Amino acid sequence: MISGAGPSILERRLVFVTGKGGVGKTSVAAALAHLSASRGRRTLVCEMDAKGSLADAFDAPPLAFAEREVEPNLFAMAMNTEDALREYLRLFVKVPFLGKIGPLARTFDFVADAAPGVKEILTIGKFCWEAKEHNYDLIVVDAEATGHIVAQIGAPLVIRDMVQVGLVRDQTDWMLEVLHDPTMTGVAVVTTPEEMPVTETLGLLDRLAAETGVEATTLIANRVLPALFDRRQSAIVDRLGDAEDLLVDAAGKNVRAVLDAAHITEARRWIGSGHLSRLREHTDLPMLMVPELFTRATGPRVVSLVAEALAEELE
Amino acid sequence: MARRTERPDLLALLAAKEMVLVVGAGGVGKTTTAAAMATAAATEIGGRVLVVTVDPAKRLADALGVGEIRNEATRVPDSAFAEVGVEPSGELWAAMLDTRQGWDELIRHHAPDDAVRDAVLANPLYQNLTGRFVHSHDYLAMEKLHELHATGEWDLIIVDTPPSRNALDVLDAPRQMKEFFGSRLLRWLTVPYRSRLFTVASRPFYQVADRVLGSRFLQDIAEFFILFQAMERGFVDHANEVERLLGDHRTTFVVVSTLEAAPSHEAMFLSRELLRRDMHLGAIIANRVMPTSFMARASATSARKLARLAGDGLAAEVAEELDVDEGATEAVLTEIGERFHQVAVVATREAERRAELADLSPLLVAAPMLDHDINDVHDLLQLAGHLVP
Repeated sequence: MISGAGPSILERRLVFVTGKGGVGKTSVAAALAHLSASRGRRTLVCEMDAKGSLADAFDAPPLAFAEREVEPNLFAMAMNTEDALREYLRLFVKVPFLGKIGPLARTFDFVADAAPGVKEILTIGKFCWEAKEHNYDLIVVDAEATGHIVAQIGAPLVIRDMVQVGLVRDQTDWMLEVLHDPTMTGVAVVTTPEEMPVTETLGLLDRLAAETGVEATTLIANRVLPALFDRRQSAIVDRLGDAEDLLVDAAGKNVRAVLDAAHITEARRWIGSGHLSRLREHTDLPMLMVPELFTRATGPRVVSLVAEALAEELE
Repeated sequence: MARRTERPDLLALLAAKEMVLVVGAGGVGKTTTAAAMATAAATEIGGRVLVVTVDPAKRLADALGVGEIRNEATRVPDSAFAEVGVEPSGELWAAMLDTRQGWDELIRHHAPDDAVRDAVLANPLYQNLTGRFVHSHDYLAMEKLHELHATGEWDLIIVDTPPSRNALDVLDAPRQMKEFFGSRLLRWLTVPYRSRLFTVASRPFYQVADRVLGSRFLQDIAEFFILFQAMERGFVDHANEVERLLGDHRTTFVVVSTLEAAPSHEAMFLSRELLRRDMHLGAIIANRVMPTSFMARASATSARKLARLAGDGLAAEVAEELDVDEGATEAVLTEIGERFHQVAVVATREAERRAELADLSPLLVAAPMLDHDINDVHDLLQLAGHLVP
């Protein structure tokens, strides 16, 4: 059993939101940030890949490394290794030739590509720095997917083990202090009630604990179908096909589409709740449920609906 | 053999090509779609068909017989088909790609001698790197395809590509591998330490890198790269061949997507990129699609009637017919009637995206949302039946 302790997700200062690709990680990260900001807390939300879906979530123009206020109290940015390196050098190395950083960044990028943990530590360092300096009340990172998050959050440990001397090595100490403090840092794992996302979540929970020392804080089950029926009613849904003639006579032949819709939704719900039970058997971390929205909207509308659902769950 | 049809279909595509790369955003069902296409090809077209998957769900992996075995092709036994009353005209094989083992094999293959091979395999940086090195999953999947194709053992190879941060990484992987070996920094890092120190051009970088990373770490990296450089020729030649294979007329790409906003968006982007790069976009598969009947106005009307009539005697009739509780039946009929519009809204949205995707590809195949997971050969055949009607 993996058990959760410590403050709720909005009460920490640095929260990584991860999950298998396609589960709605970005919407959840945006919603958490929106919720935090709407409660008057100065909040930063950052997108790790350059896909631009976080900007879409706020209906904002493309994000840059320099944060921009997209809503009152809510600042958004996109991570970029070159800019992170520039900032790092300015803050810690006091490099004088900032104008010429292009070629340097490219070569650095190359080493970073090959040397484990170097690129990750630049980005993770940025978040730890903002958290340590208390520049924001909450930093929400729309982080890498389950396959890559361990390499990201675990970078300071890798660097500490592999690099014996140098500035980066020295800085792993304060980064680890931030990351390993459960009142400061947490990981929210987003999943949908489906087989692979749940399986990856279980694998991630084990790896996070073992390889990074950063604790998973909360599970967020996204797109959960509502429980409309109890078992007895559900069995009736299953059998409605046997009364199809009656139903067609009464409501027209397109009642078949209505039955199909009910059947698919109900079957998927039961399968989904089976997958979520697997999670519950493995961990007693708090699990926040975000319902399937059935909305045609995208962007800010989705963010505010997900935020509402999370707010209810967090009460 | 390939059927002659007026309109292109997926089976004709699978019959015409030797290599299929299945690409798309995470979570859209790439693995099951790849496996279902392979199943369709093995049963309908024949020949030796291999599906290479990266990370299948456990039960599917077990069904394909690759639950335990990695990096080695395993035949799905005819008995698995016989159980569901199907006699495939060809053979279905499956293999699971293991990144770590795959890299070790590459090193063994390219190392000029045993000493270099052992030194690389034992190098702590290598141990740490294989998981993240230059988009290594993507490159390895491409490399594996090349290797398998070269064996001449397969009529059709379908590769399920790994989940990437960016779907384009798969296409860019060979070029990035070449750039890695061609880069000036690699050359700089691998020249002897002393002469490097006095290269004026590299001095600012070295000073900063030394301060930040420590010269000891840079030395470790350099040593590792020197070992790696011994294998440059082999790697670069291979990457060239892999790159050629991606653009080969025997290769096609199948883009898989659901009709949700983000995956569709990525599928459109990916499809355009494939076309821009002159690569063959064979088909787009829209997965987990809702039936078009959900959008019909008549269906909405039926739903409203159902909800209205439920308490008006209909529930009683249905309950009697099914021999179930009337109150529960009334609740069920009312609820599904009232809830139908939710599904209809989503179906309408999906239809718009489907039309946009159809504009991009010569062939758009829709697979319906199923009421169960894909766990065994029976399920694969069912999905295959939707892909290849």
